[in-house]
Amino acid sequence: MKKIQIWDHVILLAGVFFMVTPVVLTLMTSTHDAITVYKEGVQFLPGGKFLENYETVLFQAGGFTKEVDGFVMLKNSMILGFGFAIGKIIISMLAAYAIVYFRFPMASLCFWVIFATLLLPLEVRILPSYEIVQSLGMVNTYSGLIVPLIASATGTFFFRQFFMSVPEELLEAARIDGAGPWKFFKDILVPLSQTMIAAIFIIMFVYGWNQYLWPTLITTDESLFTLVRGIKQILQVWVGAQIPAFNEAMALAILAIVPPVLIVVVFQSWFVKGLVESDK
Amino acid sequence: MATITLDTVRKVYAGNVEAVKGVSIDIADGEFIVLVGPSGCGKSTLLRMVAGLEDITTGEVKIGDRMVNNVDPADRDIAMVFQNYALYPHMTVYNNLAYGLKNRGMAKDEIDRRVKEAARILEIGEYLDRKPRALSGGQRQRVAMGRAIVREPAAFLFDEPLSNLDAKLRVQMRVEIKRLQQSLGTTSVYVTHDQLEAMTLADRLVVLNGGNIEQIGAPIDVYDKPASTFVASFIGSPAMNLLNVKTNGSGLALEAGEGLSGANTMGRDSYIVGIRPEHLEVVDSPPSDDGIALEVNVDVLEPVGAESYVYASFPNGGQEIVIRVSSHAHHEPGEKMYLKAAAENVHFFDADTGRRVD
Repeated sequence: MKKIQIWDHVILLAGVFFMVTPVVLTLMTSTHDAITVYKEGVQFLPGGKFLENYETVLFQAGGFTKEVDGFVMLKNSMILGFGFAIGKIIISMLAAYAIVYFRFPMASLCFWVIFATLLLPLEVRILPSYEIVQSLGMVNTYSGLIVPLIASATGTFFFRQFFMSVPEELLEAARIDGAGPWKFFKDILVPLSQTMIAAIFIIMFVYGWNQYLWPTLITTDESLFTLVRGIKQILQVWVGAQIPAFNEAMALAILAIVPPVLIVVVFQSWFVKGLVESDK
Repeated sequence: MATITLDTVRKVYAGNVEAVKGVSIDIADGEFIVLVGPSGCGKSTLLRMVAGLEDITTGEVKIGDRMVNNVDPADRDIAMVFQNYALYPHMTVYNNLAYGLKNRGMAKDEIDRRVKEAARILEIGEYLDRKPRALSGGQRQRVAMGRAIVREPAAFLFDEPLSNLDAKLRVQMRVEIKRLQQSLGTTSVYVTHDQLEAMTLADRLVVLNGGNIEQIGAPIDVYDKPASTFVASFIGSPAMNLLNVKTNGSGLALEAGEGLSGANTMGRDSYIVGIRPEHLEVVDSPPSDDGIALEVNVDVLEPVGAESYVYASFPNGGQEIVIRVSSHAHHEPGEKMYLKAAAENVHFFDADTGRRVD
């Protein structure tokens, strides 16, 4: 028994080590100057350039056009993350509502067609998607960045499963109470789905935040760059031709990690609370 | 308040399953009607058709003078209490009660007055700010009834409202529902599979079986004069003893074996004879007067407190019968027992159709 416990801990610690070490190294390296990093490689101990480096990446305009700073990229990532997550939640809730509560011809076929799109990730349909967005003149706009991505088979599936678990009597009670389809959705289903919304928000925010391929294609204007893209951009041109600014790239990477972590931490406690308290 | 009229109402589900086969009932204003029957008899479907939650295949449902077949549930002026309460879990008790009133655009102070009034009647005033999950089963049931009361509807519809409560609470709430209905005087339709609930609550009982009405009547009439063997065995606990009987000349005898004798008063060849457990009297020697005489062997004695039940069988096996005896009577398994039933307490049913023969 004891022996097993020790092994359990060893395995857990190893897991923690592999998960946390890269983040710690990134954080440590981001507090040194570029020359140290270039000469000595990744740093294990904190250096003295924390404030300077973070100030540089946040507020000093860089990039090819010298127009965009880290703060703008952070803002762009936020817009993408929130727009992506909220858009997906709205669209998939409405789709699931239609599928579960309205008897229209071939409803289940519709559901399975939506579900089958899971088999076609963005990468597969990227050319036609780009063609459509481009022909609608949405290249280099926030809506071009967000709207083509918000249809979500995963979200629709989760909400469908959840709605199907809501007791039929609740709908009937609401009907007798004079709630029409829209009122039932707004007054009953949405409040009941809070935990589900929180869960999907977490997943989708992080997913949207980490988007790389689509933003790369659709935004050529640097003022629309997201953080995740900015990291790569920094290494190419941030400080000119001499030494690659690894320290600043690391600082930007840390900045890119913080918001999703915050979202997960904040929503997770809310999510768990909702799970414990709610009974349908 | 209103009358409810059902005129040859049928419900056929997809796949040609006929759940309700042409049911007609006239419910008087202020009457408490209980639909009772085993599961699958169509009682809930019937109630849901009155509520408007189920489409009516053919026939007519009228509330008051208005034909409501195609009227939305919210506009039928009814309120429904569900088995699992169907309270909105994210709303406080107050908002649960007020939601339906808000939806019909009632003024805030009128809503407040009605909610407070219902809370007072049901003694749930102190829970108004709580959410349903913080309430016990009995309290939730009260809230569910409160939601019906605040509507001040023409009719209450109850769909097995007490099934989720424990036995003690069920008896308590049963009395309370009856008291409430009497004081409000609102026409009520109540669905249950529990014959005791049905007997105690109903002004009139509607016994349903397989989508058909077996009998409509005041509980005591249904009990005293069951219209069929189905009603006879469904109403009353323990159930009525039903024995297959044939005639031999002027007398009666069990179809299989010995142990029963009596005069053939009906002039047919075979019957089903029904005798309630409480109408069988234990006597010392084989009785000779009118009615039916039985001779049985005791199998099991089942004391329930106020009384005891003897399960006994006829000498050469066959059907088992139940006899109610006083709680202090002593009967040993294997003991021989002579029983008699007065002629007025013996029910005759047609052997083929199961309908009552008088």
